[in-house]
This record gives sequence, structure tokens and C-alpha cells, in this order.
Amino acid sequence: MILQSVFFYLFSAVLLVSALMVIGARNPVHSVLFLILAFFNAAALFVLLGAEFLAMLLVVVYVGAVAVLFLFIVMMLDVDFVELRAGFLTYMPVGLVVGVVLLAELLIALGGWALSPDLAANLGEPMPTLAEASNIEAIGALLYTKYVFYFQTAALILFVAMIGAIVLTLHHRRDVQRQNIERQVARNAENSIEIVNVEPGNGI
Amino acid sequence: MNDFVANWLIPGAIMVGQSLLLLVVLLVVIAYVLLADRKIWAAVQMRRGPNVVGPFGLLQSFADLLKFVFKEPIIPSGSNKVIFLLGPLVTVTVALAAWAVVPVADGWVISDINVGILYLLAVSSLGVYGIIMGGWASNSKYPFLSALRSAAQMVSYEVSIGFVIVTVLLCVGSLNLTDIVMAQQSGLATKLGMPSISFLNWYWLPLFPMFVVFFISALAETNRPPFDLAEAESELVAGFMVEYGSTPYMMYMLGEYVSIALMCSMTTILFMGGWLPPLDIAPFTWVPGVVWFILKSSLVFFMFAMVKAFVPRYRYDQLMRLGWKVFLPMSLFYVVLVAGVLQFAGWAP
Repeated sequence: MILQSVFFYLFSAVLLVSALMVIGARNPVHSVLFLILAFFNAAALFVLLGAEFLAMLLVVVYVGAVAVLFLFIVMMLDVDFVELRAGFLTYMPVGLVVGVVLLAELLIALGGWALSPDLAANLGEPMPTLAEASNIEAIGALLYTKYVFYFQTAALILFVAMIGAIVLTLHHRRDVQRQNIERQVARNAENSIEIVNVEPGNGI
Repeated sequence: MNDFVANWLIPGAIMVGQSLLLLVVLLVVIAYVLLADRKIWAAVQMRRGPNVVGPFGLLQSFADLLKFVFKEPIIPSGSNKVIFLLGPLVTVTVALAAWAVVPVADGWVISDINVGILYLLAVSSLGVYGIIMGGWASNSKYPFLSALRSAAQMVSYEVSIGFVIVTVLLCVGSLNLTDIVMAQQSGLATKLGMPSISFLNWYWLPLFPMFVVFFISALAETNRPPFDLAEAESELVAGFMVEYGSTPYMMYMLGEYVSIALMCSMTTILFMGGWLPPLDIAPFTWVPGVVWFILKSSLVFFMFAMVKAFVPRYRYDQLMRLGWKVFLPMSLFYVVLVAGVLQFAGWAP
């Protein structure tokens, strides 16, 4: 248990510091890299909890795909750091108010919160122990039976959002030459070569 | 205190020892994989290839290593120094970390985790960070263009690799890599009543289209020719590696070849029965599993090297078309087909 505690404090400390650096770093690319570090440490905390499937999902989806696109966009931004920091003092009071309100809400909501001792017995879906079913089986069995409609609704909403994004950004440019693979494949000697016997002095 | 030694120190020491052993063996193998790549390429072009250092040039890679290490590392003054050096480190670390879950023979694996294949997918998808970081931190146009290209390329082909893995997992019913190999002990040949011809049992035959898709996606994922657009020397000089030299450059090369070797062994595990012998009869079953594993991975690498030697480089729009418009619908269709067949034939594990 000592080892687990040591690693827990290590990962949590790195997670908190890198989360702070996400908003503290001067360079936006550094911010994204710190965000990735934060994701990694969150995944490590999931592994410590025994939720290895969630940990891998976090790495595959957030680090492997979402953060890559973030980095992709941020790298291409032409950011003027001086201009970015110019409004800092005017925005700070508003930011502080929002932060304090959020903190107060969290304290009120979670201050009196405690796990009831007979929680395990009252759970809607008793969790199988790790020996009985692995992470993936347990999550899959729950997600695809009891919560299948919620799952599919979420998928549908994402699908609509994706189509919306494509519709909003798709422009067909007519002035760009495009390769038409079907036409290229369908071409053959008969319909592309014409042999002309030219009479001398007449031209074609 | 005795408890601590028995429970933590000794298992910890064993794990470190195993990891070091794997690392050393892997690096020596990579040295020869690199040499084999150059030799095969040379043979196709009717050249001799490296043949000066050692007998038949066998020590060429080690000579290259010494030369790289003893050169002066040059960091461009306009670069972002920390990220510039972090890029190659990330590439190498991530590529080597993936090998922690690869079983090279029955039980010969450092960490036999439940979500092995997901770990491999996750870690191999991180290779792109090394390239993006290096390309951006160089503060130069060609590396930056190359970083953008390769980020889009690797993310696109990961999608089809993911779906190919899903088809295999549907047949296996487990994400553990050892289970994936063990599930290939029975299959098509067993159903036909010829259990000793075990190479027909492996998934390359029933999932042949996915085998091809996986192989081509693996080429794209590791930036190998014909998809080496990240370092297309005719247009981008040397891609994201333009500003690199000496040890950082060597680390990029090393990371690249380690992930190529990883993709070869992933193909072996997913489609070619891992360490299982090709025929389940006497002389073949005496050979230790690790030998079969290395032989099969070398076969896949030979195909990688031959593709490099005789396929011309793709154009970028062709690459994207292949990934999104051909492979993605094809692998999606195959996932549905395999799931349907398994369900209606009652073969689902």
C-alpha cells in the first residue's frame, strides 16, 4: 500500500502542477503540452484505481486524437503574445469572481457529502468484483443493456454535430483541378488514343 | 523489513532485469533490422549495400551509432530548445514503452495486462507527438510543413488500424495479447478437419482483406515508404528532421525503426499466430516459440523492406483518399460482416 500511496501522490502532484501550467504557461503550445501531461497523469491515477480500460481510453481518445488536433491548431495560430496579455488586468476581476463562485458552489455541494456505509448494497447495479469480470466486460454489459438508449442518443447527438460541422465548413471550389479516380481507371487505349494518318502538306 | 524485501524488492529487481534484457535484445535486433533494410534495398537495386565494416558489413549499424554519438549536436538558435530535444526523446521512449506488453513466446512478456492491445494502440498513437514537437520546435518551414502532414497522416490511419483490431477482437473475445495468439490455435483448419495444418488456423486467411488493410496502414503509421510524406526528400528536404543532427537524429531513426519492428510483431500476433508453429507436427513443435515469432516478424519486415524498394511514393491527396475513402468504409463494413457471421453461425466467443 505504501508504494501505491507514493505513486498516488507523485501522479497527483504532477497532475496539479501541469494543470496549473496549462493556464500559466506563456506559450500556447507549451500549454497544450502541459495539458497532455495532465491527461497522462489522470490516466495513471485511473490505473492505480484498477480502471485500466478507462485509463487506456483516456490515452487513446484524448491524448492520441483530441490533443493532437489541439496542438495542430495551436501550432498554426499566429499568436501575438503581447496582445494576448494586454487585457489581463481588465479581465482578472471577472475571472476571480467566476472562480470564487465555482469554488463556493463546490464547497456547499460537497461539504456535507459522505459515502453512506451501506452504499454497496444500495447501488442500482451492483458492481462485479475484478476477479469476476474485467473492466471492459463490466462496462460493456452495463452500457449495452441498461443504458443502451442513452448511449445511442449520445452517439446520435455527436453524429448530428459532426454532420453540422461538415456542412458549415464544406466549400466546393470549382477552380481547383481534382483527380477523378473512376475516370482514370476507366480510361483505356481505345477511347484515349486516336491514330490519324496525316496527308503531307494538308495538316489535320 | 523481510516482508518489504520479499514483496517489493525482489519482484521489482526481477522486473527491472527483464526489462533491461528485453531492451538490450531489442536494440541489437533493431541494429540488424536497419542493416537488413539497407541490404534488401541494395539487393533490389543490384547494389552491394553496406559491406565494409565487419564481415558482410554486419557491424555497420554499430559503426553508425558511434559516429552519431561522437558528433556535435547542433541546436538552431531560433529553436525552442527544450521541446527541440524533447521531441526525439518522446519518440524513442514511446516506441520502446510499447514493447512492455508484447508476448514473444508463451509467457515471455514483461506485463501481461488485460488491455494489452488497447495499450499498444494507445502508445503507438503517441509516436506522432515526437514528430510534431520536433517539427514545430525547429522553427523552420520544411520541418513545420512535415509535422502538419504527418500529424494528419498518422491520425487518419489510426482509425482504420483501430477497426482492423476490432475485427480481430470480435473473433478472439479478449484484449489480452496472449489470448489473441492462443485463440488462433483453432480456426479454419480445425473446422475443415485438418488440425495439424495450423497455419490455416491463423486469422490472416479468414480476415485476409483486413490483413492487407492492416499491413498498408502499418506502413502509413510508421511513415515508411510509399507513405513517407513526413520526410519526402524531393519536396521537404528531410521533413521534420532537417534541423537535427548527431544523437537527436539517431534517436529519431531508432524510434522509427523500433516502431516498425513493433508493427511487424503486431501483425504477427494479430494475424500470423504469434509464436505458434506453422505445422502442428513433430519437427516444427520442437522449435521454441520465440524462434517462430522472430521468423514471422522478419517475414513481415521483409515485406516492409520490399515495399520500400519498389513502390513509388504516394501523393498526399492520394494518401488521404486511401485512408478515409477506401480503408475506413472497408474496415467498417468488415467489422459489421464479421460480427454478423460470428453471431449467426454461433461462433462468437
